[in-house]
Amino acid sequence: MKEKMTKNTYKDKPDASGNFGDFGGRYVAETLMPLILDLEKAYNDAKNDTSFIEERKSFAKDYIGRESPLYFAERLTDYANGAKIYFKRDELNHTGSHKINNCLGQILLAKKMGKTRIIAETGAGQHGVAVATVCARFGLPCVIYMGKTDIERQKPNVFKIKLLGGEVVPVSSGNGTLKDAMNEALRDWVSNVDDTFYIIGTAAGPHPYPQLVRDFQSVIGEEAKKQIKVKEGRNPDFLVACIGGGSNALGLFYPFLDDNVKMYGVEAAGRGLETKEHAASLSKGKPGVLHGNKTYLLQNNDGQITEGHSISAGLDYPGIGPEHSWLKDIKRVEYVSATDDEALDAFQICSKLEGIIPALEPSHALSFTLKLAKEHSKDKIIIMNMCGRGDKDVFAIADFLGIEI
Amino acid sequence: MSSRISKVFKDLRLNKRSAFIPYITAGDPDIELSQMLLESLPLGGADIIEIGMPFSDPMADGPSIQESSLRSLNNGHDMNKTLMMIERFRIKDKETPIVLMGYFNPILQFGVKSFINRCEEVGVDGLIVVDLPIEHSDEICIPAQKSGIDFINFITPTTNKERLKKILNVSSGFLYFVSIAGITGTKAPDNKIIEELIKNVKQNTDLPIGVGFGIKSSSQVEEISNFSDAIVIGSAIVNKIDSLKIKNFDNDLIVKNMIDFLSELSNPLKGMG
Repeated sequence: MKEKMTKNTYKDKPDASGNFGDFGGRYVAETLMPLILDLEKAYNDAKNDTSFIEERKSFAKDYIGRESPLYFAERLTDYANGAKIYFKRDELNHTGSHKINNCLGQILLAKKMGKTRIIAETGAGQHGVAVATVCARFGLPCVIYMGKTDIERQKPNVFKIKLLGGEVVPVSSGNGTLKDAMNEALRDWVSNVDDTFYIIGTAAGPHPYPQLVRDFQSVIGEEAKKQIKVKEGRNPDFLVACIGGGSNALGLFYPFLDDNVKMYGVEAAGRGLETKEHAASLSKGKPGVLHGNKTYLLQNNDGQITEGHSISAGLDYPGIGPEHSWLKDIKRVEYVSATDDEALDAFQICSKLEGIIPALEPSHALSFTLKLAKEHSKDKIIIMNMCGRGDKDVFAIADFLGIEI
Repeated sequence: MSSRISKVFKDLRLNKRSAFIPYITAGDPDIELSQMLLESLPLGGADIIEIGMPFSDPMADGPSIQESSLRSLNNGHDMNKTLMMIERFRIKDKETPIVLMGYFNPILQFGVKSFINRCEEVGVDGLIVVDLPIEHSDEICIPAQKSGIDFINFITPTTNKERLKKILNVSSGFLYFVSIAGITGTKAPDNKIIEELIKNVKQNTDLPIGVGFGIKSSSQVEEISNFSDAIVIGSAIVNKIDSLKIKNFDNDLIVKNMIDFLSELSNPLKGMG
């Protein structure tokens, strides 16, 4: 009888110290600690503040375009000839990905805290564009740190950020990719403690970031849950989402964590998990501490962080949000992977059969979704998070396919 | 427990002077020269030595120390080698306290327990772990102190009264006062402001206070020593090593130049008392 008294849930994390089981925490320099504690307090207040909630809802509806549709991908379902495939279409959001959900929440929080300057890191540039967008809308200056290598790979997004009034600072320290951009953003923050708010792009970093990013993204799963009830009269059997830092996946998964739904996070296997060129922190990494949290990381035996590789610049981060590390260890979510080639195939199939050009990130999720659908009967239901559109990727893909535009 | 660190500060207090704490990154630019530099630091006036354990992602450090870490790692350095450098140093020098500075992950991968044991074995006196605030004291701070190794916590311009108390509760050896809200080796501190802040800290503790971040000249050393117990210099030293190496000097000449450079920096501290 006693067991019944204790609340049995996967949704009560993090604890007061920001831990998801053995993961999470606040591993930052002392200079940043007071700022992080302030942010935690401001977020806890905002969560229960009806005017904050209403303002966020109103912008989500009229500015982002929520709710995003839940779409039955009939032609892909026929193609796989198995379980029904639904897309949660967050690629239709303003700015073309799920990133804006989080940016909206954080900029409203920044405003509430009286901050006057925004900084952010970006890899593929999707988060950078989303940050610059909300900064334009709310009239705050922003500085976006972006690795030199990524700036070369993602010129259209760099230009967009500039059009939106953002400043892009190239980061050449380290290898000039996302993790270096994040280091540089943290250095900026520690140097501008009074006026600056750091909008972290994924459900990682020191507490409370993993929690607040997850909460701001959970709208994806909340909507999907209602929508599938209307369309199918029940919960789905499976959820699938790609994993870089893991914010789109958590957004979809979190509202379903206590339900009888099987979940798959798809990591980027790059050129293959057997090679060194992948970004599969959960499958191939070890727990460690980077960027403020304890989580699975790609690293060598000496604890030095190694670079992730993926065809998709949005997935090549060597870490992962701490909640995913916990969900992996307690086996609530299963983590699988898709290679560059598999993602490219899925990208092309989806474009041709559904008339939807997906971003390379959800193309990884789609590759696995097609496999999963094939293995299951037609009465099963899969929801996949189509978290971004592929406009940003067409040049890179033409390049990979050896086609001149 | 009376440590080498507290002995140094006790002696210095009798002489009414502040400690000079030079910093080098272990293995920078290579292990051979790094060992020679380490052994030369006391000749340049080091009262305590701070050695950086290189990390691929040193988030609290400016470009100089980042680059020195990468130079070291690119030459095949690792935690074992850092500890071996200290072991070798201790054969010749059993007096000068050594403080290891770094980030948590390389320690975590080495194994916290094995790391503390090795530190004891090779003669490390104190630890500074940049990304372990007091919220994570259980991870190294407390176990290290139980083994007689000082854990040096940071106090920064953003530390408020309430936090200061909590920090003092778990600090030993000395306090590291970060002179600016920022990263190492960048902007210079405003001495008037830090003097006030340090005065305030001193009202709450007897622990010695070392000041670091952004100190690069002997005139700064002189001024800051008036209201602090130790001066930490890192980036300026690391830059000097790099500039000498680029000139293609041989190792002996680099070491000789470094001793001169350090002597000049530490000179204002030695004349007092």
